[in-house]
Amino acid sequence: MSQPSSLSDTHLRPLFEAVSITKKFGDFIANNDVSFTIHEGEIHALLGENGAGKSTFVKIVYGLLQPNNGKIFWNGNQVFIPGPQQARQLGIGMVFQHFSLFDALTVAENIQLAMPPGETIASLSVRISRLSAEYGIGVDPDARIHNLSVGEQQRVEIIRCLLQDPKLLIMDEPTSVLTPQETDQLFSVLRRFSKNGLAILFISHKLDEIRALASHATILRRGENVGSVVIDGQTNRQLAEMMVGAKVKNISRQNAPEKSEVLFEVKKLCRPKDSIFSVALRDVSISANAGEIFGIAGIAGNGQDELMAALIGEWRGHDDGIFIFDGMDISGKGPAERRVMGMGFIPEERNGHAAVPSMRLAENVLLTGHSLGNLVRHGLLDLIGMRAKANLIAKSFDVRLPERNPLASSLSGGNLQKFVVGREIVNVPRVLIVSQPTWGVDVGAAVFIREAMLNLAAKGSAVVMISQDLEELFTIAHRVAVLNNGMLSLAEPTIDLTAEKVGLLMGGTHVAGEERT
Amino acid sequence: MTPRKHIPLSRTLLTPVVSIVLTLILGAMIFGLLDYNPLSALYEFFVAPISRPDQIGDLFVKACPLIITATGLVFCYRANIWNIGAEGQLIFGAIFSGGAALAFPDWPALILLPTMVLAGMIGGIFWAMIPALLKVRFNTNEILVSLMLTYVAALSIDWLVRGPWRDPLSFGFPLTKMYSDAALIHRIDVPFVGMLGQLHWGVVGALIFSCVAAFLLSRTILGFQIKVMGDAPRAGRFAGFNPHVTTIGVMAIAGGAAGLAGMVEVSASMGQLQPNVSFGYGFTAIIVAFLARLNPLGVIFAGLIVALAELGGDNAQIVLGMPKVVTGVFKGILLFMLLAGETFNRYHIQWQRTGNKLNLKEK
Repeated sequence: MSQPSSLSDTHLRPLFEAVSITKKFGDFIANNDVSFTIHEGEIHALLGENGAGKSTFVKIVYGLLQPNNGKIFWNGNQVFIPGPQQARQLGIGMVFQHFSLFDALTVAENIQLAMPPGETIASLSVRISRLSAEYGIGVDPDARIHNLSVGEQQRVEIIRCLLQDPKLLIMDEPTSVLTPQETDQLFSVLRRFSKNGLAILFISHKLDEIRALASHATILRRGENVGSVVIDGQTNRQLAEMMVGAKVKNISRQNAPEKSEVLFEVKKLCRPKDSIFSVALRDVSISANAGEIFGIAGIAGNGQDELMAALIGEWRGHDDGIFIFDGMDISGKGPAERRVMGMGFIPEERNGHAAVPSMRLAENVLLTGHSLGNLVRHGLLDLIGMRAKANLIAKSFDVRLPERNPLASSLSGGNLQKFVVGREIVNVPRVLIVSQPTWGVDVGAAVFIREAMLNLAAKGSAVVMISQDLEELFTIAHRVAVLNNGMLSLAEPTIDLTAEKVGLLMGGTHVAGEERT
Repeated sequence: MTPRKHIPLSRTLLTPVVSIVLTLILGAMIFGLLDYNPLSALYEFFVAPISRPDQIGDLFVKACPLIITATGLVFCYRANIWNIGAEGQLIFGAIFSGGAALAFPDWPALILLPTMVLAGMIGGIFWAMIPALLKVRFNTNEILVSLMLTYVAALSIDWLVRGPWRDPLSFGFPLTKMYSDAALIHRIDVPFVGMLGQLHWGVVGALIFSCVAAFLLSRTILGFQIKVMGDAPRAGRFAGFNPHVTTIGVMAIAGGAAGLAGMVEVSASMGQLQPNVSFGYGFTAIIVAFLARLNPLGVIFAGLIVALAELGGDNAQIVLGMPKVVTGVFKGILLFMLLAGETFNRYHIQWQRTGNKLNLKEK
């Protein structure tokens, strides 16, 4: 099945062909002998775990990186793509995962920056409106970026590519920032593109989405192409196993205890916004029971960062009685004091928040362990104890170390995340608060981390999990509430919820964008 | 520039050697072009100033205020607080300790010297607290405030020694009374060797201070907190460290150290306050701190190298009649080479085939 023979049902000639692409970074082989073909009008998914080499490959296609080896053909002719400019001239457009839009400028102004000079805003606005009407994209050229939702911003990026009249559109994890409804809208737009002959290379690791959209898939694993397949002929499990290269383990939650004590409570937390780009929290209430995983769904930028900072105690308000841990008011307490009482925190950002990249693992143990146990005695560090703890975490959480006591920055994302999660869970906190525990982590590590959180809950701790990943929430959370524009919906048992219902709550005020301040 | 992944120890040790060799070659070329004998010029610079044991003693004396001040600054820079006003803090250390020395000339050394040490440190801390508190309270820029306060400090001591503190018997010179003998830091009488130039007990204090600082930074929670705050402030807040406390703490350490340096310098080398108690030590210490890669033990070596360059420059001016600007250029080349060598030790240049601006934007 690794042969493109399964693509022979397409009679069109290949639009783009990459043959035996190899890319090395030092000793590390990011792409090894990867071949890939895409035809006009085809929606082709590039599948793979984090670190499988997907991004490297598309960066080569878009001219951002140069392969060490291999050939690229465009319409049957061999080409050399020295940079994005040349890629765009050929007809290759790319929408990045992280947008490059200026918040303070309007849509048309942002697009003008990327266009060849000479076109006025007025004529550009007309073209934007025409294109967006043609494909039902709904982008207002005069809107300012900071007033747009993430989904709308993505559409601006797409329009920006379309104006260059591409033949091949590359989309890097486009759905990671969207609600289910926004995802559906995006997909119908992409299908219309495909009907008009535009080829789309779609990067994702979400199998359901790929099945809904793409006809073909190429699967990368550890930099190698392990197969190009027609999606209809494959089950999700088969695709997942091609990605991971091993059997995928199923995990599921156990029922939460029928009646149990409330371990952690937030009562009507309000937090004013501290800049125009942050979100105010309004009357956020949480109540997490012992033995339960309390999920908080929502799209990034709806107050997650602000809520997390308040839960950790990095931000503290002036009111008492807002945060209750096991019956005690902890509103005025800082992160270290909260840890001493038996709380653990895992923020979303690994680099520079949950861990210090420039420090070794033993020192990173100290980051959340300095107030616990006896790693610090009379102000002196117990270097041996710190190392022992780091080794214990690495051992029990399967953190693969490139050397003894490595720098945090030398660990891969998944390994560092396992370390950061393990660092808290080995202490068996009575309340664990996590944000995006499996963000940017490979499937194997994600399963491991979710299992660890389930085990912790089974021991009688309460877990509060902020996540954008609906699949994750539905798999392990017992109850789910939705954070939207700084407001948290009432929590409902996961069993009573559907993706559509959560999606509506997630997108609630995004539909009525003008209500937002 | 991309960071190197592995930096072998051998290369770390070799880098300064290469830098110095390059400096010698470049220096020889410049001296040659200016019609000085390159070899004798280099001799006067690097060998003559340390060719006798007493000169080595003097080298340490010259390095002493640099080592103390730079050690304190290391704490600031590790915490990402850019205190460049050590010169002013040093001057205020001299003022406070001088005040104590002049106020209590009858006290015995055993009480007076510790009082002066304390007063000097309080003076430096006092001057460092102004930028620190302004930063914490009003988020002002510590670089600007600390730098500008240096000039205020320089004018303050100038006013004191010309005005209220002037010795009536100084024949109009802007000088205070001489310190009493108890207020002086004495030279070291090394067993079997005797006095080594001007080598005084303050030098021993400076070396001990650097060692203590190295221990604080690497083995205590205080040092850990400072490093975390500098490397990843968000992680520091996550750990529960208070950024304001850190800012005030490192500024106090740097100010206290600079104040101590001011006290030692006056008490060991001058014996009275004068308009110029510091010869840019506070600024040179910034270079020393970075030359030492912000490592307190490295500060000792960096302090000695910089002191050697200073003494060598003076020597070349005296012996060869070399203009001050030329010796200045040579010192500049030395420091530039050392810092550049260090940069290339840690980073290597990566050439990119395509350089277009969209490339950067879309990264």
